[in-house]
Amino acid sequence: MARTAAVKAGSKTKHTIGGTIGLIVLFTILAILIIIPIYALFIASFKPGEQLLQYGLNLTLNFKEWSLSNYKLLFFGHHDYWIWFRNSMILTIITVIATLLVSAFVAYGFAAYDFKFKNVLFVLVLAIMSVPFEVIMLPLYKQMTDWGMMDNYAAIILPFMAHASTIFFFRQYLLGMPKSLIEAGRIDGATEYGIFFKLIVPIMKPAFAAMAILNGMNAWNNYMWPLLVIRSSDKYTLTLGLNTLINPYGDNYSLLISGAFFSIIPILILYVAFQKYFIEGMTAGAVKE
Amino acid sequence: MIKKVFYSKKAAPYVFILPFVLTIALFWIGPIVNGVLLSFQNVLQDEWTGLHNYKRLFTDAIFYKAVLNSVKYMIGTLVLLIPFPLLFATLLNSKLMKHPNVYKSIYFIPALTSVVVAGTVFRLMFGESDQALMNQVIGLFGHAPIRWLRRGDTAYFALLLLCCWRWTGVNIMYFLAGIQAIPTDLYEAAEIDGASKWQQFKSITVPLVKPTTVYVLTISIYAGLSMFLESFMLWKGNNSPNNIGLTIVGYLYRQGIEKRNMGYACAVGIVLLVMVMIVNLVQLKLTGTFDKEDE
Repeated sequence: MARTAAVKAGSKTKHTIGGTIGLIVLFTILAILIIIPIYALFIASFKPGEQLLQYGLNLTLNFKEWSLSNYKLLFFGHHDYWIWFRNSMILTIITVIATLLVSAFVAYGFAAYDFKFKNVLFVLVLAIMSVPFEVIMLPLYKQMTDWGMMDNYAAIILPFMAHASTIFFFRQYLLGMPKSLIEAGRIDGATEYGIFFKLIVPIMKPAFAAMAILNGMNAWNNYMWPLLVIRSSDKYTLTLGLNTLINPYGDNYSLLISGAFFSIIPILILYVAFQKYFIEGMTAGAVKE
Repeated sequence: MIKKVFYSKKAAPYVFILPFVLTIALFWIGPIVNGVLLSFQNVLQDEWTGLHNYKRLFTDAIFYKAVLNSVKYMIGTLVLLIPFPLLFATLLNSKLMKHPNVYKSIYFIPALTSVVVAGTVFRLMFGESDQALMNQVIGLFGHAPIRWLRRGDTAYFALLLLCCWRWTGVNIMYFLAGIQAIPTDLYEAAEIDGASKWQQFKSITVPLVKPTTVYVLTISIYAGLSMFLESFMLWKGNNSPNNIGLTIVGYLYRQGIEKRNMGYACAVGIVLLVMVMIVNLVQLKLTGTFDKEDE
């Protein structure tokens, strides 16, 4: 009896180990497939740009051809890359701060008060989340032209400051806050706005972190709307600038490849440091209530 | 007096939501209404043309091609980016899996890249030279190099692969969040009843993760039908041979920005909006999301 039990247990462990190995193999293959394009970009950044133009990207490792010349060009060459980088940085920082503050302000209104039209307005938040931006893109473009806001960062920031999905996320977060906090603030004589800025903003830190990452990443990678709005090359963002390099002339491809790889680095660093918030921010919409 | 009203408890909620109301009115509702109005006009001549733009649109073969491409792309992403991530999430969540967090972190990385970088990388991987990665891969199987981005079927494959590369990891995260919300005692009870893992997946995971599936379905329909930049990057602009990469938004961009037919392009936008709404309503109806909310 004892023996059969032992044999059974043994086969069970074997079964589990087999399962574990199977899963690890499957997910390792998937991980390799997912890393390949980034890896190909990484090794290409050490190869001559003309090669890329001629042969495309591949995984061939020929260390004899490797050099740091693309990075020399990136860091010391004569080009606009760092202007684009700076512009993207400025635009991202302003966008994140403005979006978080305004969206949190609005979300608090939805979470803390009952007022007329509240439900209608909240349905509007949800409805806007389901309208593709591309639908309003052209009328908005025309409007910005009429208002003389073309080629101006304000046109990129203003329409998205009260950001529907960020408001939605903050509101969900704030619904869980203790109402006694607000009452305590009122008793202490704080104004309604004082309560928000002095009591609520500090407790929203984790929610801010998740949405800062999400909005920051979107701003850094944003391409469609800046493509329409920005005209002068000294205002180009990184995505716009990189895209001007796809025309094969001069040493464009050398700069394109090292610049493209380098453009991922800031986000990659943030990702490694704040992974939890990245995932929380990006998957926020799927978790209801 | 104004100050007193501003600080009153009654006025405060309206002050709080004012930025939202203003933004929505100026930058969303205004443009949507304007888009509808413009779609009935010839903007350059500044004249009303009634249904002319729509009539033209429904007899425009290139527009049909764009719609077909977008719909095909959307269906492809639904087929690939819902069942597989759900299955992967289930397996990653299994007790047998070691270090799932390491894998999760890796799968998420493509979502950090911009469409410019991702699209350029894929365009170069699908290069025409026999040295380009995808041609090397098929070369391993003895296949001659292909001009991937000049043929409809292979171009479709390239677009889908790009999309899967970027979003598989994110969808796995969505499903993991959904799966981890399912009470574990359900699985324990099923285990005692002798249900196999596959039966558990079919009868517990799939039905209980449905709210997540509906969410992913909704955003995939939205994103699939309005895809543009991926194609814009793969073909270095809005022109692909025989329009194999032209999408609805690509056509909107071509007409509105490249050809300055603002009214006609706005009609394309309105048709897109209606399509997204109809497909999503049908989807929500079929998945029974409405019934649930009525309960």
